[in-house]
Amino acid sequence: MGKSIARKEDPRFLRGKGRYVDDVILPNMLYMAILRSPYAHARIRRIDTSAALAAPGVKLVLTGEDLAKMNLAWMPTLNGDQQMVLAVDKVLFQYQEVAAVVAETRAQAEDALQLIEVDYEPLPVVVDPFKALEPDAPILREDREKKSNHIWHWESGDREETENVFRDAPVVVKQDVRFQRVHPSPLEPCGCVADYNTATGRLTFYVTSQAPHVHRTVIAMLSGIPEHQIRVISPDIGGGFGNKVGVYPGYVVAVAASLKLGVPVKWIETRTENIASTSFARDFHMTCEIAAREDGKVLGLRVKTIADHGAFDAAANPTKFPAGLFNIVTGSYDFKAAFVEVDAVYTNKAPGGVAYRCSFRVTEAAYLIERTMDVLAQRLKIDPAELRFRNFIRKDQFPYKSPTGWVYDSGDYEKTLKLALERIGYDELRKEQAEKRARGEFMGIGISTFTEIVGGGPKNTFDILGIKMFDSAEIRVHPTGKVIARLGVRHQGQGHETTFAQIIAEELGLSADDVLIEEGDTDTAPYGLGTYASRSTPTAGAAAALCARRIREKARKIAAHLLEVGEDDVVWDGTAFSAKGLPGKSVTMKDVAFAAYTDVPDGVEPGLEATYYYDPPNLTFPHGAYIAVVDIDKGTGAVKVRRFLAVDDCGNVINPMIVEGQVHGGLTEGFAIAFMQDIPYDSNGNCLAPNWMDYLVPTALDTPHWETDRTVTPSPHHPIGAKGVGESPNVGSPAAFVNAVVDALSPLGVEHIDMPLYPWKIWKILREHGINE
Amino acid sequence: MSVHEIEVTINGKKYQEQVESRMLLSDFLREKCGLTGTHVGCEHGVCGACTIHLNGSAVRSCLIFAVQVDGQEITTVEGLTKDGELTPLQRNFIECHGLQCGFCTPGILMSTTDYLQKNPNPTLQEIKEMLSGHLCRCTGYEGIIKAIQKTIDENNHHYEAERR
Repeated sequence: MGKSIARKEDPRFLRGKGRYVDDVILPNMLYMAILRSPYAHARIRRIDTSAALAAPGVKLVLTGEDLAKMNLAWMPTLNGDQQMVLAVDKVLFQYQEVAAVVAETRAQAEDALQLIEVDYEPLPVVVDPFKALEPDAPILREDREKKSNHIWHWESGDREETENVFRDAPVVVKQDVRFQRVHPSPLEPCGCVADYNTATGRLTFYVTSQAPHVHRTVIAMLSGIPEHQIRVISPDIGGGFGNKVGVYPGYVVAVAASLKLGVPVKWIETRTENIASTSFARDFHMTCEIAAREDGKVLGLRVKTIADHGAFDAAANPTKFPAGLFNIVTGSYDFKAAFVEVDAVYTNKAPGGVAYRCSFRVTEAAYLIERTMDVLAQRLKIDPAELRFRNFIRKDQFPYKSPTGWVYDSGDYEKTLKLALERIGYDELRKEQAEKRARGEFMGIGISTFTEIVGGGPKNTFDILGIKMFDSAEIRVHPTGKVIARLGVRHQGQGHETTFAQIIAEELGLSADDVLIEEGDTDTAPYGLGTYASRSTPTAGAAAALCARRIREKARKIAAHLLEVGEDDVVWDGTAFSAKGLPGKSVTMKDVAFAAYTDVPDGVEPGLEATYYYDPPNLTFPHGAYIAVVDIDKGTGAVKVRRFLAVDDCGNVINPMIVEGQVHGGLTEGFAIAFMQDIPYDSNGNCLAPNWMDYLVPTALDTPHWETDRTVTPSPHHPIGAKGVGESPNVGSPAAFVNAVVDALSPLGVEHIDMPLYPWKIWKILREHGINE
Repeated sequence: MSVHEIEVTINGKKYQEQVESRMLLSDFLREKCGLTGTHVGCEHGVCGACTIHLNGSAVRSCLIFAVQVDGQEITTVEGLTKDGELTPLQRNFIECHGLQCGFCTPGILMSTTDYLQKNPNPTLQEIKEMLSGHLCRCTGYEGIIKAIQKTIDENNHHYEAERR
């Protein structure tokens, strides 16, 4: 624990010996390709597949009609809606799945797609979520009973109390903020190999899945194959970032094809398919109001949001949280009252919403409050750091109950921000900024002091399709003191094979080298809810520690037998058991392991292993203080990030090197979102950034250098005091970037600019103020 | 679709295969030769995960047809190690935490290995320019850059020691 040991997974990746889904090649395997809609909204009059079926190598062509016969034309989503697997009667977004071809090679399958004739009747398109709610808007979802594009209304907090606070408040600021539609874009796209064995009746399903056990249960419920006859294998995953949580139509079609053909069917999507049809992120149109005193003390928060969910509501949320944990939007501040409401809307776009290190909409929440706090600071002419100090939840207020009902576990916000200000040299930077302003130069400093909420979650409130959001560990100690441990989560590069070995090794007094970690095979790993929303350390990390402690308790019995003393006289010092008052007499865990198989005391079961399913009592609330320093080029509007400091507090750290890597990656995503990324749709519903030529991913040249630091405020309820951290950098950083740019332009009266902060946007603002004519 | 017989040397081993003229080199390596260390992230030449060495130079294997490499020599990530030992660059990727999910890693190793052979002492800016042909979604590039810099430093010490 706490050591930056090298990653166990690295050697195979460096040798090209990782095993990702597209690396799976099975005997007689066929390849599937999907025909997608060129229209955003259109009725399907007719599909003619006869020419495709006759094409070389083609074994099967599937349409929505074929799937309907198998009861698979629609599938349930995690947000309680249903989604078409292959289009039935109409299409609702461009790139929607319409038909599939299975052939001997991928090229043959793609060739045959061209031979499928689809007769479309274009329908009016809805891309603007506000227009979708107008009374005369075309109804997109004719399958629903409710004849409206409104999906649901959700609210949190106390409306009346908040109204009262606003009525009496001396200061109210109001800001419209859009968090644009982006996409997680893992380097490896989504894909699967479905292998149905007609002799055994078993389905083996290799899939890019962050939640393989849940996928198994969903597939069992959808396909009718008994769950014990389904083996889901999530092998090495080339990044997930929330993109690989849900079940995609391609997976279901591949399973259907393998069921029909009795041979393995592989489906690997292209980059364009990944961006244009799998889970997008964000797309929240938010209005935020803060009520405050004139000295900047905040009183009330009121937030109204229109959420664009695309054509199907497939946002990957816990069942009771259709807008995720967006009501963490009061952030790090002690508000007296808050009221948050969200209305979700259908549009002719791809489904999704919850993805890309968002921790269930915490990205939107953190961005909104951190952005609006700066608007308040600007209006009141209070330094943004000072405004934050005046409003932080104090260290002695934890556990702190927020006005929307979350109980924050621990935090020391003042300490974290103070460290950040000192390290970056805040006062000097402000002086430099004043001098630059006097010279007409645009330099900005942006602060974001966010609170995350990760580790979903307690069983009374958190479930995925009814399955409680626990997680699990199973540890087995071999006779020679070596260990195999399996967990119900599934890493996609976060280093679980190393960090979970560290946790278990620490608890058992062994070396992390002696502990093999496996995840992702539902035949062998204990049931878990998977890896997303930074939940692995809070849930499976806790399960691993407690499971190891169960083993230690049994080991104590065996140690007492070996030491020939009573169990109460056995002392564990972290590496060995010894007998109280008998120095020099001790046995290691290795000795105990051997005895567990060779010399077991009477009344003790042989072997040394345990299982633990951990239901977390609460979530963990890591926090951070991020500061960005930017310089804006007056001539071009280009923003240069001169410095960026991220101080994170995720409680006790298991492996500092890995945390650092998580932070670097997440900050790079936050940077991309703030400055480069957007998935726009034109008025015809054409997706305008369906590839990496138009949807930009920063390169090494674009990416700033990241400075990082840390404070440590352990989670009191977590067995090892650790909190999640993977998503903090993405949650916390966009506000720091935008606050810095707005701060730079504040002399012009600029209070807000929506992301992404493209140079042309800044250039236009400068030009409007006569700066760069 | 016309089919061609090609002969190509990959990681020192000769492969004789029938390929359709449209088969991409990346697919050839992965599917025909079982060398799945070469990854495909975009198929439009942007991400660089499919980078290999063609006659010693780093190239995108998703933008080359297999038939074009007839009679030529290829190295993939599987061929980087010598006698099973990781190269200094590979070891430094571990040391400096230059990888997470590992999907971009093979392509970046191939470009960097080629680049450092031709430019043994690049500046930080030059390293970033070389790396800008690769997308990584996990690391933010810091660990990768450190691993490359460390390798350069070690090489320089090595040369100095040899001169002495």
